[in-house]
Amino acid sequence: MKILVPLKRVADPDNANKVKVNGGKLETTGLEWKPNPFDEYAVETALRLTENGANPKARLGEVVVVSFGPKEVETTLRGALATGADKAIRVDATDEQLDGDVVARALKSLVEKEKPDLVLLGKQAVDGDSNQVGQLLAEYLGWPQATFAGSIKSEDDTKLVVGREVDGGTINLEVTLPAVVSVDLRIVAPTSVSSKHAPAHKYAEGVRFAALMAIMAAKKKPLTEVKLADLASDAALKITYSSFELPPARKAGIKVKSVPELVEKLKSEAKVL
Amino acid sequence: MANILVVAEMHDGKVRKSTHSAITFAKNAGGTFSILVLGQGAKAAAAEVTGYGAQKVLVCDDAYLAAPTAETHAPTIAAAAKGFDVVAFTASSFGKDVAPRVAAKLGAGYAPDISGVKEEGGKLVYRRPVFAGNAFATCSINTPVQVVSARQSEFAPAEPSGGSSPLEDVALAAKDPAAERVKFLGLNAAQSARPDLGEAKVIVSGGRALKEKFAEVLDPLANMLGAAVGASRAACDAGYAPAELQVGQTGRVVAPKLYFAIGISGAIQHLAGMKGSKTIVAINKDPDAPIFQVADYGLVADLFTAVPELVTELKKATG
Ligand SMILES: Cc1cc2nc3c(=O)[nH]c(=O)nc-3n(C[C@H](O)[C@H](O)[C@H](O)COP(=O)(O)OP(=O)(O)OC[C@H]3O[C@@H](n4cnc5c(N)ncnc54)[C@H](O)[C@@H]3O)c2cc1C
Repeated sequence: MKILVPLKRVADPDNANKVKVNGGKLETTGLEWKPNPFDEYAVETALRLTENGANPKARLGEVVVVSFGPKEVETTLRGALATGADKAIRVDATDEQLDGDVVARALKSLVEKEKPDLVLLGKQAVDGDSNQVGQLLAEYLGWPQATFAGSIKSEDDTKLVVGREVDGGTINLEVTLPAVVSVDLRIVAPTSVSSKHAPAHKYAEGVRFAALMAIMAAKKKPLTEVKLADLASDAALKITYSSFELPPARKAGIKVKSVPELVEKLKSEAKVL
Repeated sequence: MANILVVAEMHDGKVRKSTHSAITFAKNAGGTFSILVLGQGAKAAAAEVTGYGAQKVLVCDDAYLAAPTAETHAPTIAAAAKGFDVVAFTASSFGKDVAPRVAAKLGAGYAPDISGVKEEGGKLVYRRPVFAGNAFATCSINTPVQVVSARQSEFAPAEPSGGSSPLEDVALAAKDPAAERVKFLGLNAAQSARPDLGEAKVIVSGGRALKEKFAEVLDPLANMLGAAVGASRAACDAGYAPAELQVGQTGRVVAPKLYFAIGISGAIQHLAGMKGSKTIVAINKDPDAPIFQVADYGLVADLFTAVPELVTELKKATG
């Protein structure tokens, strides 16, 4: 199976409380960059789906990672190559040129060139929280979609059974490839991905780390560059962000000393009981 | 003045209550609105939304729409959107799944998770949280038709406004070939007699600290208060609570009148999902837990003794 995984770098979510707004503009300098966690889960999922049970060093199929951005995003791509992806593509662009729709349209062109059986991606990027690239891409390609996947089973290379995490439960879908699947948090639980080639051992919780040797080897793996304009001819953004502001601060609360005091406050002060 | 199409969400032959948030969005945006109810049994279900002041309630009742998949629903929604300026969904998992697909069909821009809307210079502008709610963005959509999803936690369910909107049948649109490549195998519904997280006035949420005693400790408190139960990601991942109870940036976003965070540290991803609650109570044995920075009332205590005591005291206080 050939799998394409779009990978975005985002400001480190653990530093998100350092986000500053200056004159209505979002200030991102000084923030550390990390791969979007959901996209890392997608890479891990792709690796598990193409794992060769018999020979863990070889891949049954191919995992191609792609990121949009300036030269610096190559660090993110190399990181994915080091964990086992086969090749990487950087679409040269600045953040100002991109919104979910431009990315989806450019990905469509890439898919037509690369011809993957599956596009796997995170359900949302934790900076813009937009949750749309996968769905847009599926529609542009005329492919089926399975969003918010918490589990994936692939018994053969033509279909996937996906457990989608939705409000109030799990929806199970069978999708025929090629398809677009976006992943949710639980996809990196030890037993949430299975394929007929999966190794005998149980996967560890979370994403795998790259070994030092693999980091060195990843430097030699192919990383090509494509121009955004060559993929998405119409570069018009569909959404314009005019300003940013910080949320109103919550006024500091108080600490109560005991349970009876808490109940008393809830009753007579907050009046919520 | 915008003319808005509100897309209703159906479940079990009924219109889901979450739909009422998108109706509130439409009312706040000004202008006029209609509601589209589509699904198997939509005709019977549509009666539920005729009393909200919509110009029309459009109905597409077809067995083809029995399962709520994006591929089956998007073509009919896109066709029904003709003549409307804005197509509005609630940002439920259904809305988030199908709205972008509809936007792509319409060549429209899609703004998700709207928390506010107003008209500025004859144009709608939207407010939406970014960076886990650490900033709010104001944005506008540059395409003639616009698609949005409205946050349930920010748009309170609409109340009936009287009158009765006329029903109008709409035809099923040409089928999307992609729909043939999706088979709906079923919904494993969470079995719970408790209110839904999106609708509850009181939520009792627990974290990793509860371990296997999650239900044993929290259920009596939730029962006492008629509350919904929520959980942190760590509690869900560890299997102490089912995944659909996860509250947070990447789980459910809630804003009840009263929110209890019990044994929850207060990571930004959790705060993003509950900061909008009116009154927040935190119980944590660590006095420096970040949750205390957003809590109106904090109690530094061991939850295994504090929660049972709370149940006893509440019984006394409410008789
Ligand atoms: C991509 C991504 C998305 C995420 N999305 C979400 C999300 O949507 N929602 C979410 O919640 N998290 C989310 N997280 C996880 C988040 O970062 C935290 O890891 C998580 O919220 C921590 O859960 P917790 O507070 O239950 O556990 P912990 O951080 O382990 O905290 C447990 C708390 O319990 C207290 N405690 C322990 N024992 C007791 C006791 N006996 N009595 C009282 N207090 C006690 C401790 O002092 C501590 O504060 C996400 C993370 C990532 C990377």
